[in-house]
Amino acid sequence: MPSPLETLAGIVDLARQGLLLKYAVASLFRVTWGFIAAAVLAIPMGLTIGWYRRAEMAFNPLIQILRPISPLAWIPIAILWFGVGDLAAVFLIFVSCFFPLLLTAINAVQGIPAIYLNAGRNFGLSPAAIIYRVLYPAVMPQLITGLRITLGLAWLVVVAAEMIAVSSGLGFLIIDARNAGNRYDLVVAGMVAIGVIGLLLDLLMRSLARAKFLRWGEVTED
Amino acid sequence: MAISETKLSAGRITMAFQRDGKTTPVLNDISLEVARGEFLCIVGPSGCGKSTLLSAMAGFLSPSSGEIRIDGQTVTGPDPRRIFVFQERGVFPWLTVEGNIEFGLFALPRAERQKRISHYIKMVGLTGFERAYPAELSGGMKQRLEVARALAVNPDMLLLDEPFGALDSITRLTMRKELLRIWEAEGNTVVFVTHDIDEAVQLADRVVVLSDRPARIQQIVKVDIPHPRDISSARYLELRNGIFEQLGLAHAI
Repeated sequence: MPSPLETLAGIVDLARQGLLLKYAVASLFRVTWGFIAAAVLAIPMGLTIGWYRRAEMAFNPLIQILRPISPLAWIPIAILWFGVGDLAAVFLIFVSCFFPLLLTAINAVQGIPAIYLNAGRNFGLSPAAIIYRVLYPAVMPQLITGLRITLGLAWLVVVAAEMIAVSSGLGFLIIDARNAGNRYDLVVAGMVAIGVIGLLLDLLMRSLARAKFLRWGEVTED
Repeated sequence: MAISETKLSAGRITMAFQRDGKTTPVLNDISLEVARGEFLCIVGPSGCGKSTLLSAMAGFLSPSSGEIRIDGQTVTGPDPRRIFVFQERGVFPWLTVEGNIEFGLFALPRAERQKRISHYIKMVGLTGFERAYPAELSGGMKQRLEVARALAVNPDMLLLDEPFGALDSITRLTMRKELLRIWEAEGNTVVFVTHDIDEAVQLADRVVVLSDRPARIQQIVKVDIPHPRDISSARYLELRNGIFEQLGLAHAI
């Protein structure tokens, strides 16, 4: 095991070569696009499925079968479909984020107290107005929590994906440092970078959750 | 109150719920008339179907048979002219006090909205809390906010489902007084569901006593005591005890 000092030297070394920034950007790039693609698809889909009881009954078996498959099990298929490269890694992030977000959205809609929807109807809101004035604010706190947890998950998965599916990124750095001469100082340096960036991502999501227009979830008990 | 025209009439309402293939009858042949401007209380044992009857009046549920007419028109769905005030807190936690009151006013011009908001905030005593979120309010304040949200759209009927059930006894007494004051000022027709017989006799022009499920009307008691009511008067106790007896609860404890 490298000493803390050796690790620090490894970080400095990587930074000087420009690899640290390059690999961090590569990893963040994959996470960002996989995560956004999953959110854009899974949240509207989940809200719709949750809203219509029949849709949930139709989709639930499929969701329940696909959900427990580890995103890592998709690696061979990702490579088969997209080759070794960014797209394969983005796809893996997408798969790992899609199901948690889908289920969060379904649960969020189903958890809306009926009295809120009834109140909306009682005041004469159109169905569209009920969606943006009742459904959207009611599900928001749960969605934000789901997004935060899922982003953390995406950051876990990107490292594993990069060890196999690409030749750049922080996951690649770790596996490459070991394979190319057991440079454990660089391995640990890579781990430190992953930890710090993970923390920053979580802080970013937390501040998003505190944004004013989404704030009410923070002040209620439930 | 002088008996005037009929606001609501329920004709031979029967309702049943289907669950797990079994049919549970809830309401059994309820016929009822509510006069315009009347304060009507519905009491009955817990789970007897009082709230179901109220939901049908609001248009959230449809009767299995029979029909409810308001102003001569059959009720087919919810309508802003009759606002349901919920048993559990129905205020929106994502809106401020102002935002909640404004919720139903979307069709009005801005100046009129502002006028109503400040009027009803004052009426229910929430001045100073305009920008507060429901989570920052006490139970009694939330309940008053919900009443204000309902009144702001100028409904001609208020349907209240055990609105004060979750409040402590002192707040509950204050709220009853407030509600009577608002009702006298606004002149709405009020249908108020409660399991509290004292509450019903203190508030109502008439008290409808429902039986156990499936609910039938056991008795309709006219409360001929003017407001403010002396709750230690002989007439009050007589009416109250009469209802207890009707429900088989007299001398039970």
